[in-house]
Amino acid sequence: MESKFYEKDKLLVFKITEEIDDFSVQKIRRKADYEIERYMPKRVVFDFDNVTFMDSAGIGLIIGRYKFANMLGGTLEVANLTNNVKKIFEMSGILKLIPITELAVS
Amino acid sequence: MKEQFDNEMKLEFISKSSNEAFARISVAAFASQLDPTIEELSDIKTAVSEAVTNCIIHGYENKQGIVKIIARLKENEIIIEISDNGKGIENVEIAKEPLYTTKPNLERSGMGFTIMENFMDSMEVESIVGLGTKVTMSKIISKPEEDEEISQDFLMITKD
Repeated sequence: MESKFYEKDKLLVFKITEEIDDFSVQKIRRKADYEIERYMPKRVVFDFDNVTFMDSAGIGLIIGRYKFANMLGGTLEVANLTNNVKKIFEMSGILKLIPITELAVS
Repeated sequence: MKEQFDNEMKLEFISKSSNEAFARISVAAFASQLDPTIEELSDIKTAVSEAVTNCIIHGYENKQGIVKIIARLKENEIIIEISDNGKGIENVEIAKEPLYTTKPNLERSGMGFTIMENFMDSMEVESIVGLGTKVTMSKIISKPEEDEEISQDFLMITKD
């Protein structure tokens, strides 16, 4: 997973580049929490453009980071959902809570 | 007489979450003999990943054990059995409820069985407390209709 912080907008973007399952999610979670705590962003965006696989571990990952970012005064959005990712998020109902954003940063 | 299948594979591995990708990719490679669409293959991978995660986290509670997978092909259907010899589930009906989880502290969403049920055509859970759990799921792979049309066109051309 790559991350980038945009100081001006207090925007923290996580670009997930690995398959998301119970194994990989442990490392992603640690890194995300560390960066959120470090930058205290107003806005956190998870970019799924490069995610070729995700199971229900992704639901817990996003809900957990949503709570953490909220607790520190920020919001959380998701971007570039692939079909597989979208199907799982829709089934879980978390998209009622977490907005999908159009992310056009490189 | 043993029930007849067109093909069968068995896989056993240690209950480490680093084996989840290996498990789902192996089953997907086996399933690809039925010529599934990318979406069908993705559904199978997700369902396998959920079942294997359950064996590791809930069945064995991260202690060492063996996860077993048997996959069979019959005509255009894949039948997958995933089992463990772990602690078992006391009440399967409750465990299958969406959002039910015994491990919310591990950020488990409680969506595993719901995803398996939705992504596959059938799913059954057999469990005995203290002995283990077996999940059996099946999916019918759609026949590629376009190919048939092409071959008919081809027939017509060759008739001319």
